[in-house]
Amino acid sequence: MRLVKTLALLSLCAAVGGCNFVVLNPSGDVAAQQRDLIVISTGLMLLIIVPVMVLTGLFAWRYRHANTAARYEPDWDHSTHLELVIWAAPLLIIICLGALTWMGTHLLDPYRTLGRIDAGRPVPAAVKPLEVRVVALDWKWLFIYPDHGIATVNELAAPVDRPIHFRITSSSVMNSFYIPALAGQIYAMAGMETKLHAVINKPGVYPGFSANYSGAGFSGMRFAFHGMTAQAFDAWVAKAKAGGGALGRSDYLELERPSENEPARRYASVDPTLYKAILNMCVEPGKMCMGEMMSIDARGGLGLAGTYNTLPLTYDKHTRRGAVFGPGPSYVVGICTIDELDVEMPQPLAAPRRLTPITGRGLERPMFTPARPSATPPLAGTRSQS
Amino acid sequence: MNVITAQPANAAPVFHLEDEHTHAAGGSTMLGFWVYLMSDCLIFAILFATYGVLGGNYAAGPAPKDLFDLNLVALNTAMLLLSSITYGFAMLAMGRNHIGETQAWLAATGLFGLAFLGIEVYEFAHLIHQGATPQRSAFLSSFFTLVGTHGLHVTFGLIWLTTLMTQVAQHGLTEANRRRLTCLSMFWHFLDVVWIGVFTFVYLMGMLR
Amino acid sequence: MFDDPNLTKAIFGRLTWESLPLHEPIVVATFAAVALGGAVLLGAITYFRLWGYLWREWFTTVDHKKIGIMYMVLGIVMLLRGFADAIMMRLQQAIAFNGSEGYLNAHHYDQIFTAHGVIMIFFVAMPLVTGLMNYVVPLQIGARDVSFPFLNNFSFWMTVGGAVLVMVSLFVGEFARTGWLAYPPLSNIGYSPDVGVDYYIWALQVAGVGTTLSGINLICTIVKLRAPGMTMMKMPVFTWTSLCTNVLIVASFPVLTAVLALLSLDRYVGTNFFTNDFGGNPMMYVNLIWIWGHPEVYILILPLFGVFSEVTATFSGKRLFGYTSMVYATVVITILSYLVWLHHFFTMGSGASVNSFFGITTMIISIPTGAKMFNWLFTMYRGRIRFELPMMWTVAFMLTFVVGGMTGVLLAVPPADFVLHNSLFLVAHFHNVIIGGVLFGLFAGIAYWFPKAFGFKLDPFWGKLSFWFWVVGFWFAFMPLYVLGLMGVTRRLRVFDDPSLQIWFVIAGFGAVLILLGIAAFLVQIAVSVRRREALRDTTGDPWDGRTLEWATASPPPDYNFAFTPVVHDNDAWWDMKRRGYRRPVSGFGAIRMPSNTGAGIILAALSTALGFGLIWYMWWLAALSFAALLAVAIGHTFNYHREFDIPAGDVEHAETARTRRLAAEA
Repeated sequence: MRLVKTLALLSLCAAVGGCNFVVLNPSGDVAAQQRDLIVISTGLMLLIIVPVMVLTGLFAWRYRHANTAARYEPDWDHSTHLELVIWAAPLLIIICLGALTWMGTHLLDPYRTLGRIDAGRPVPAAVKPLEVRVVALDWKWLFIYPDHGIATVNELAAPVDRPIHFRITSSSVMNSFYIPALAGQIYAMAGMETKLHAVINKPGVYPGFSANYSGAGFSGMRFAFHGMTAQAFDAWVAKAKAGGGALGRSDYLELERPSENEPARRYASVDPTLYKAILNMCVEPGKMCMGEMMSIDARGGLGLAGTYNTLPLTYDKHTRRGAVFGPGPSYVVGICTIDELDVEMPQPLAAPRRLTPITGRGLERPMFTPARPSATPPLAGTRSQS
Repeated sequence: MNVITAQPANAAPVFHLEDEHTHAAGGSTMLGFWVYLMSDCLIFAILFATYGVLGGNYAAGPAPKDLFDLNLVALNTAMLLLSSITYGFAMLAMGRNHIGETQAWLAATGLFGLAFLGIEVYEFAHLIHQGATPQRSAFLSSFFTLVGTHGLHVTFGLIWLTTLMTQVAQHGLTEANRRRLTCLSMFWHFLDVVWIGVFTFVYLMGMLR
Repeated sequence: MFDDPNLTKAIFGRLTWESLPLHEPIVVATFAAVALGGAVLLGAITYFRLWGYLWREWFTTVDHKKIGIMYMVLGIVMLLRGFADAIMMRLQQAIAFNGSEGYLNAHHYDQIFTAHGVIMIFFVAMPLVTGLMNYVVPLQIGARDVSFPFLNNFSFWMTVGGAVLVMVSLFVGEFARTGWLAYPPLSNIGYSPDVGVDYYIWALQVAGVGTTLSGINLICTIVKLRAPGMTMMKMPVFTWTSLCTNVLIVASFPVLTAVLALLSLDRYVGTNFFTNDFGGNPMMYVNLIWIWGHPEVYILILPLFGVFSEVTATFSGKRLFGYTSMVYATVVITILSYLVWLHHFFTMGSGASVNSFFGITTMIISIPTGAKMFNWLFTMYRGRIRFELPMMWTVAFMLTFVVGGMTGVLLAVPPADFVLHNSLFLVAHFHNVIIGGVLFGLFAGIAYWFPKAFGFKLDPFWGKLSFWFWVVGFWFAFMPLYVLGLMGVTRRLRVFDDPSLQIWFVIAGFGAVLILLGIAAFLVQIAVSVRRREALRDTTGDPWDGRTLEWATASPPPDYNFAFTPVVHDNDAWWDMKRRGYRRPVSGFGAIRMPSNTGAGIILAALSTALGFGLIWYMWWLAALSFAALLAVAIGHTFNYHREFDIPAGDVEHAETARTRRLAAEA
């Protein structure tokens, strides 16, 4: 019955037209590998699900009360052989699935640098990934291209077949950065940085959005992701640069105020320390950066003298209210400036040595890998989350 | 008829109890109270875990060694441990069925408990006076919550103790009152054990940090 | 008097005229309907002079059977509210296309999906599950009541108190707009300064106390009050699953209590547990809430696994296949449910090894679950299956649940979760297991034990109608969501850009309408059954040819459950008794000691609710007053030493003789 229904739904889909199973038919290599994993796992599980469903129907029919011809054994309640099969069959499938999971999770770890552009092409040694910084704002996305010095809101572009390295944070609440056609999602959280490595293989415009509810404007928190040829991308960057507009700290403070359904826009230049300041939650002048705070804390705090090192908060993204019994909202006064903080240490970018299909054949066995190649060392200023 | 029976074929199976032994009232109380204590223990476990995670986040403010006065805390600990001992004596007196002695030891327990609370309130007031409020940093938030929750438990224990002393005075050491005193005893010793965790994990290790 | 703003503020706290949603026509209309219905109900109770009866026989009762029934009533009433939210969401999502904003604004819609989740889990599924356990477990183990009858009454009214707070939020103020788990920083005071999250916190805190205490109560009942001869491995499977569920409750609800307490400290006192600044860490909350939240889903499903076991064995006329492995499977699930919580946030950047560890532990849970499935299957094998309503629900469950189980294991593969997390695929998955597992099981359980509770069966025609509407409606409502999830559509969206998606939401909406008909048919079924009760009457006390002890006594059972405590020789105790020529004793009755009713439970719960309301609205006088009263009543209650009374032997004899006559008339 279910199969029939599924088929009916699928034909309905075809009839309606324009049905886009983006998760099953993505345009980026990472998402494609994730799709493969879904298909293989589903197949593995159907090995046991289908027989169970068939047997349920069969037994329900065969041993119905009216059918007195069927055997009736009211006291038969144990069979060691059957019990063995009952426990072993799911166990075997889970062993297969578990192995697949272990391999797949390590191979498709969003923090791991890409080793291939797609199934047949390794990443050429000379190619550096495109660096993009992503900031989830209330309720829009800010993208900063540090190598190009431009920034965009609700519009993202990348050249096809070039690895992209996203570093993601949020200005306020939790969001999830997700472009289904490109790769799986990862959360964006204030004061923390997550990473995503991905590559887009086909030119086109793909929807991206927040996949974690973040408040009133959540539905409108969408952006377009443009996969472009290298030339088109360069032209796009040039156009952004020619368009004018600068994103400095004070502009950012305006921008991060809550707003809904923002149209796409571009900035020809961007304050190079802006992302660092956002991540460290110290865009507001005078506020202590997280990195500084954490290094002070690691050295044992500022002592009793530090107790009063706070000032009342005059501005926040919302007309912020403090708790009813506590003192008003405040912030810790910074000592260093953002430029004195060295939060962006150079990252060792290590591509995996072997390029392997999803089944894990030939994969370096992850459990013996000393550390994740792309693991972030616990830096001042980035709360590592693993 | 007896197709499958564990009993000898000639013995008629017994399917109900002829003479009823009713379950004694409160027969499950001890088990129930243990289970309750374990659930309470879990709340403390969460608070300890929270302190473990957030305890080093001073937000560029004061750290444990700037704030804690170990002598005071040691005195405090002594008060609570003594109150546990006196409660133990109260239970022994209850076993010997001495109402007056039981009440006296319970009163001593209450006084030690009060002393403990008094010292804790003084400590908190002093910290807040210095500006080390629960709002100042995540470390202070988790510190005040963990220690304060323990203090609240002691407060409720004291209210309970007073109630029980009244009831013992009214009805004597009846079965029900003995059961209640045993429950409170478990509660009181439980708080003692939790405090030892607090003392070690928060105060001693805090000074070492 | 109210001209002075300070005075008004002191009395009403944050509550002003603006807090009442008079400008929202939908809410006003709902309020009018509820008020009218409530007035009619209260008027009728007054007119028929039922207040005294209700107070004496129901509100203050400590009888586990009546408390169980009240839990079921609460669950069904709240199901109507939760479902109203569901169908509003389906309607909004079905029409908000092509630039249309739909009919709900964000402020309203965001409350609705939050309330739907909270109500369905805490105030529908939990009361219904607790109600079943409360009613059935003492009967199944041959006990006269639970270990702590007063606590049982108190627990129930605390659950009601939580439900009342949620319902009040509909008309006074607003509910949370954060999603049902209220992740900070969104739920913190900076981003949710209104009363919504406070309603959420205090409703769950009040109800959570009740749930924890009821868990302790049932654990003690099962461990201490089993009939002689009933060793652990002779307990009926439903009792086993109830035991495991209550262990889970006691071992997980304190975590919820603690984490909500920390959140409320953040909101009320300005501490920094889950803030972004001052060293707080919102991920702490996410971890802690899921350490409660994952066991919670097993709390919901395990008792229903027990129901399916009882139903399958009874209606197949056959011993349960693999009792021992069933018990071990339950215990293994109980333990493993604590080792999987991180699979709810694979996408928060944990390392690959951590993710795969939690993914694999999650998959391992499917092994005992699969074993259970096979055990039911082989219980049917070589049985003689009567397709009465409970068995129909069970077969529907088996066919539906495996699909939900499969998609669940799929979501446990972290890279698959990266593309499906928070999508409608996930929504479809958990509805597939909660409706297909928990709800179908509850309906099976209700149809199965209803004759025990009321002495007559439920009407089969309307029951079958409800069954088919539910099952077909379920497939129509949630298969489109699986499809939409694979199209990359995320959850909790209010408006959509892509018009090609609309057809799927329309189909899902159609499914929701079918489910609405299913609920209506269920209510009609109860009404029709009550009207036709004489035709549906069962005088034997054993209408299904049952196997466990609850069928040994009358339907409805007398207050004392069993005149003589039964002695158990087999895990199908009643089946064994029937087979070996058990004769019901007809003389020699003695007095039976039972717990007395008390009004303390309902009063304490009412005060707790008032305390919650005061805290929500910053009415400090109300909070302080109700807290002081709470303490006073609780202490006062401990001064009551007379908590039991004897049912005289004559009364027992009278009741049992009446039953003897009924049985004779039947024969």
